Amino acid sequence: MNHDAYPDNYIRGILNSVKSIAMVGASPVNVRPSYFAFKYLAQRGYDMIPVNPGHVGKDLLGKPFVASLSDIGRPIDMVDIFRNSSHILPVVEEVLTLDPLPKVIWMQLGARDDAAAAKAESVGIKVVMNRCPKIEYGRLSSEISWMGVNSRTLSSKRAPAPTQGMRLSLNRMSVGGGDTAASDRAAKNKSEQS
Amino acid sequence: MSDRLPGFSTLAVHAGAQPDPTTGARATPIYQTTSFVFNDADHAASLFGLQAFGNIYTRIGNPTNAVLEERVAALEGGTAALAVASGHAAQVVVLQQLLQPGDEFIAARKLYGGSINQFTHAFKSFGWNVVWADPDDIASFERAVTPRTKAIFIESIANPAGSITDIEAISTVARKAGVPLIVDNTLASPYLIRPIDHGADIVVHSLTKFLGGHGNSLGGIIVDAGTFDWSTGGKYPMLSEPRPEYHGIRLQETFGNFAFAIACRVLGLRDLGPALSPFNAFMILTGIETLPLRMQKHCDNAKAVAEFLAGHPAVASVNYAGLPSDKYHQLARKYAPKGAGAVFTFSLKGGYDAGVNLVSKLQLFSHLANVGDTRSLVIHPASTTHSQLDDAAKIKSGAGPDVVRLSVGIEDKEDLIADLEQALGA
Repeated sequence: MNHDAYPDNYIRGILNSVKSIAMVGASPVNVRPSYFAFKYLAQRGYDMIPVNPGHVGKDLLGKPFVASLSDIGRPIDMVDIFRNSSHILPVVEEVLTLDPLPKVIWMQLGARDDAAAAKAESVGIKVVMNRCPKIEYGRLSSEISWMGVNSRTLSSKRAPAPTQGMRLSLNRMSVGGGDTAASDRAAKNKSEQS
Repeated sequence: MSDRLPGFSTLAVHAGAQPDPTTGARATPIYQTTSFVFNDADHAASLFGLQAFGNIYTRIGNPTNAVLEERVAALEGGTAALAVASGHAAQVVVLQQLLQPGDEFIAARKLYGGSINQFTHAFKSFGWNVVWADPDDIASFERAVTPRTKAIFIESIANPAGSITDIEAISTVARKAGVPLIVDNTLASPYLIRPIDHGADIVVHSLTKFLGGHGNSLGGIIVDAGTFDWSTGGKYPMLSEPRPEYHGIRLQETFGNFAFAIACRVLGLRDLGPALSPFNAFMILTGIETLPLRMQKHCDNAKAVAEFLAGHPAVASVNYAGLPSDKYHQLARKYAPKGAGAVFTFSLKGGYDAGVNLVSKLQLFSHLANVGDTRSLVIHPASTTHSQLDDAAKIKSGAGPDVVRLSVGIEDKEDLIADLEQALGA
C-alpha cells in the first residue's frame, strides 16, 4: 500500500466493513482529538472500546476502559492508535500477539511508522497512517461538507438526513483524492524529513 | 464509487451540492435562517465544542454557504474553504490567524488599490506591518524577509494591469522563509490559474468578480491548500497552541490538513463577524456553474479588444499579457495558457484628459469601480480606485494618470470594438 495517498475505495472498504474498534490512547478529556473521534464513531454505530491503562476502572461515554488490547477478551476488527509515531511500534507488536488478529490497524493524524506498518501488512493486516477515521467517515459520507471541507465526493442521489446512532452511506462517487495532491505531497515531504 | 477524477466543468456544476436530504430539492436551497435547532443538550455541547459536524448559527456556518465553500475548495484543489462577506473580509480573517501585533507580512507592490489601502492603513492600526516587494524582482521578496515575517501575499494576475506573477518563484522564497504564501486569485479564477498547483498555501478571492461573475453579489472566500505545517516553532499560535476560546483545543492537531480553514471559521469569522448572506452564496453558486464558459469568452474577447487597441493611433501602449509583445507573455503562457484574463490597462497619447474623455464617450462599457462582470467595464484608476495613492505609488502600481483599465465582458466582441472605436475616434 502506498501510504502517502490512499485511494478512497481503500478507506471506504475499511470503514464499511469494521464493526468493533479498540482505541489505544483514548482520552476522557473532552478537548482531546481522541475523545472527539471516539464519540463520533460511537454515534455512527461502531462498537467502541477505550484502551488506556491510566483510566482503568472508569468509563468513556459508558464504555469501560481496559488496560491493554489483550484485556479485551473478544475479537476486534480494528485497532485505532492515538499515540505519537515514536510509540507506535510496541502497540503494533502487541496487536500481532492477538488471536484472532484484527483486520485493520489505523494510526491517527500525525502518526506514522513505516516499519511497524510493514510488519502488520506482512501478516495480512490493512494499515492506514496519518489519517483520522472521524474525518474520513465525515468526508466519504459528505457530512463534513457542512464545515466547508472538500469531501472530494459527488452525488446526484438524495442522502438521508443523518441522525444520532445511524450509519451513513459512504458509497458516493469519489473524486479520487487526486485533487488534494498538494496536501498529500506536503505530508510526504514532511515524513521524509523527519 | 470509482476513484475517477472529474473535470473542472463537472466540479463547477456539482462539487459540494447534492439533492437536499429533506425535500429532494436539486438546486441548492437558500437556507435563509440565522440559527439551527439542536437535537438535545449533548448535541448542542458537541457542536459548540467542535466535536460534531453541524450548524449552530449563520455567522459561523450555513448550509448554503457550505456548498459554495466546498465548490471553490474543489475548483482550487484545496482541502477546505470559508466564505465571508467580501474579498477584503477574507484578507482580514486570513491575516488575523497568522499575525500578532508587531509582526510583518510581505506583499507584492502590484495589488488592487483597495488592498494597498487596507494593508497600509487599516492593518497598521492592528500592528500588522506590511513590507512591500516588487513582483518583477523576486530577490526583493528575499531581501524583505525578517524574523517577524509571517506570510507573503501576492495576486496571481495583478490589478490593474493584468500582469502575471511568477507564483512558483515566490513560493520558493516563502518555503525558505518558513512562511505561507497567500495568493489572491480573483482576476484569474481557478479556471485560468490554480495557485495551489504552483506552491500557494492559502488562496483568497473576491467572489464578487469572475466567480460570481454577474456583478450582483458581494462575497469573499479563503481556501486552505492543506500544505503548510503550522506546528513548527510556535510561530502560529492560533493553530498550534491550546485555544482558550475552545477549552484548550489545538486546531492543527485536531483538524490536520484543513486546520487553517477551521481557524478562519471558529477564531476569525466567529469573532470578527463578516458573515456572507446565504442569498449571496446562492447567487455566486449559480454564477460558478457557468464559470468555465464565461471565463473563456472573457479571455477571447479581451484578447480581441487588446489587439484592436494595440493597433489604434490614439493608444500609446497596451498592457495585456495575452499579446505576444507583452512583458508578461511568457509567464502568461506558463501560468494561464487558456487565456491571460480579461482585466488590463492601456495608456492614451492624450494623457489624463484623454482618459476622462474616453470614459465619458463609451456607450456599452460601464464606468464603475468593479471588474469581472458579464458587462464590459471601464475605469480611470488614477481618479478612482487608486486615487488615494500618491503619484509615485500610482505609477509603481501601474495606475499612472494616462492609464485606463478595462474589464472585458462577454458581449459580442465586434460591438465592444465598435464602441471603443467611436469613443477614441472623435
